[in-house]
Amino acid sequence: MLGKTAGGLYWMFRSLERAENTARLIEAGFRIALTRSNDTEAEWRSVIATSAVQEMFDEKYQSYDSTNVINFLLCDVANPSSVYSVLKSARDNARLVRTAITTEVWSAINGAWMLLSDRLKKPISETDLPDVLASIRMQSALVRGALYGTMMRNDIFDFCRLGTYIERMNCTARIIDVKYYSLLPSPSFVNSTIDNVQWETVLRSVSAHRAFRWAGDGEYNAPEVATFLILDGRMPRSLTHCSTQIVASLGFLAKEYDTHQPCLGMAEQLRTRFNGRDISTIFEDGLHEFVNSVIADIDKLGYQIEQDYRFNK
Amino acid sequence: MNKNDLHFSEMGRDGSVRRPYLQYENWLAQQQNEQLSKKANDAEAFFRQAGITFNVYSDTDAEERLIPFDLVPRIVSNREWAKLTKGLEQRIRAINAFLHDIYNRQEILRAGVIPTELIAQNDAFLPEMMDFTPPGGVYTHIVGTDIVRTGEDDFFVLEDNARTPSGVSYMLENRETMLQMFPELFSKIRVQSVSDYPKNLRRSLAACAPACANGRPSVGVLTPGIFNSAYYEHSFLADQMGVELVEGHDLRVVDGRIAMRTTCGYKNIDVLYRRVDDEFLDPLTFNPNSMLGVPGIMDVYRAGNITIANAPGTGVADDKAIYSYMPEIIQFYTGERAILKNVETHRCSEPQSLQYVLDNLADLVVKEVHGSGGYGMLVGPAANKRELADFADKLKARPSNYIAQPTLSLSTVPIFTEKGLSPRHVDLRPFALVSPNGVQIAPGGLTRVALTPGSLVVNSSQGGGTKDTWVLED
Repeated sequence: MLGKTAGGLYWMFRSLERAENTARLIEAGFRIALTRSNDTEAEWRSVIATSAVQEMFDEKYQSYDSTNVINFLLCDVANPSSVYSVLKSARDNARLVRTAITTEVWSAINGAWMLLSDRLKKPISETDLPDVLASIRMQSALVRGALYGTMMRNDIFDFCRLGTYIERMNCTARIIDVKYYSLLPSPSFVNSTIDNVQWETVLRSVSAHRAFRWAGDGEYNAPEVATFLILDGRMPRSLTHCSTQIVASLGFLAKEYDTHQPCLGMAEQLRTRFNGRDISTIFEDGLHEFVNSVIADIDKLGYQIEQDYRFNK
Repeated sequence: MNKNDLHFSEMGRDGSVRRPYLQYENWLAQQQNEQLSKKANDAEAFFRQAGITFNVYSDTDAEERLIPFDLVPRIVSNREWAKLTKGLEQRIRAINAFLHDIYNRQEILRAGVIPTELIAQNDAFLPEMMDFTPPGGVYTHIVGTDIVRTGEDDFFVLEDNARTPSGVSYMLENRETMLQMFPELFSKIRVQSVSDYPKNLRRSLAACAPACANGRPSVGVLTPGIFNSAYYEHSFLADQMGVELVEGHDLRVVDGRIAMRTTCGYKNIDVLYRRVDDEFLDPLTFNPNSMLGVPGIMDVYRAGNITIANAPGTGVADDKAIYSYMPEIIQFYTGERAILKNVETHRCSEPQSLQYVLDNLADLVVKEVHGSGGYGMLVGPAANKRELADFADKLKARPSNYIAQPTLSLSTVPIFTEKGLSPRHVDLRPFALVSPNGVQIAPGGLTRVALTPGSLVVNSSQGGGTKDTWVLED
């Protein structure tokens, strides 16, 4: 496979995952805005921070009100991380790698672009927002479904999955990073409503509030929520799960190409950081520091994958 | 009397249906207009969803457009097709012989059959190709000849398109669309299949591989990238052949071969089906600013270590001045009379012809010698006085840049409109593959149709549409 094609597949699925994650973040933020108007601005501020677009946002707007944030994150063509921009990038990359994907996958991403680019052309009203967000997630699911249902399990598939899981892991880590203070066990906060809301929002932004209720005894407390997001391998957006999938995909590539690249070693090391860990030891080492170094490692890993598989040169 | 009535109607006229269209007309008579309207919309949605688009650039933004598709097929009988293909084969063999001669002994110039300055002053002539024979001796691996029809037995070649002809993806996608929309038609009427084209293209290219190719030749399609207007076709053909779609920056010279950057290092390419013009192919040899080509590819080529399809420099055989000599060229290399007719062509470089063209401008079509895509041409009968006068000035300023032809009465085939069928002018571009094993012509082609009533300009860049082209089995 061409290095450029591997890169195109990787970025196509990173962009698509990004679109979906941003939609989730907005959904969680919007819920706070509707139910707890006092916390709205702080919540939007953390959504913007999680998306790593704070500087650009502050240049453009004075206040973190819902309309500004929503339209900046959904429709703003000048924001390279807006859902509109990342969908365009996903679709451009899909055109680039048209010969590597099935007609079904192409048709799904092209259909997603046609539908959503049209909807995101104008600012989204609060009335339309739930529908638009649902649409983004649904379209993303259609592409994923086409990928899983129609593609060969070969190097092409591995690069698609790498893009998805690197982006997803990055996003979950950022959510934890921005909200880490609310995830720390602190006797003074126990069972306060504020914390319950924070935890619920965090879980909602990874679409895991329902899963969380079923996975444990349904009690919200900081260690349980943090464990769920970081260490629970069953949760498809947890750091553990993402790193396991990354190691698996790089392992398949190593086998298929019969070479052992540095990125596999790096991924395995990253995976080890969650192996057999207990959340209390992570708290002892410092949750903030832990997550920060994980984010740095994901960035390094992404860069190494690009090098090892010659995406650019 | 309606002016359209003067033209040859391929479906037939005055209630008498021509033989190739009998079965289709029979079926059509039983269809409801609303039903057909719905199918026409379905087809458009299908093209959009499949991304079968071409890019148009305005000042502000790139836009993806559809080429309009008409659902009434253009139907050719097997007998008509046999005659056409015989003529095309003859012409394409002559073109390859001509190119080899021009780039080697130049016997046709020595014999005085065509004037030397036509080659010497031709921008498409590449001195780098002199005294060199491409692998397999093939210059034009893919040819898309433009043909027009004016009567029952009157077929004319309009252009030879020996550089990098496009449009074959429409031949294939139009058929796919018709099969999806009207499956029952194809069980009633025996239409020759075109779906083997990608397989044949790959085989034909592989058969032209250089001697250094080991085992199964590795083929690649070279595209300028996703912003090129024909990108869809490039990706479609690579996908259908099962070969890599590469851009210039994916390639480089490694140990005297052209190699592509893969996830596991550099891998050799034996045959490059390039959809990049000569000028941009090699910045070391041609346009130094080109980012689309591969620096050094011409050296590799001349060393015989890669096949470039079509060969660089084939444009010298398909400009409109050389075209006017095609009957002589065919005679010279095959010893036969041309089977397919040439359109009478006045070379404005000749003073007598120039005078004739200026005197009869309102009745003629004037084209640039190197023009394509319907740009820079004058359709005399459709032009007003002002436009005629302006064009006359251009002609006088640079006569050798132009040729003129009579306004042909192009045949019509009906298109489907909300009000029923309505005749429109068409042309035809069949696609031929050339390899050491011979010339192979796909039984079909691209029928382009002028959608404006009475218009003779079928180019998609000028608002033309396309039709499926059927060659019947019996």
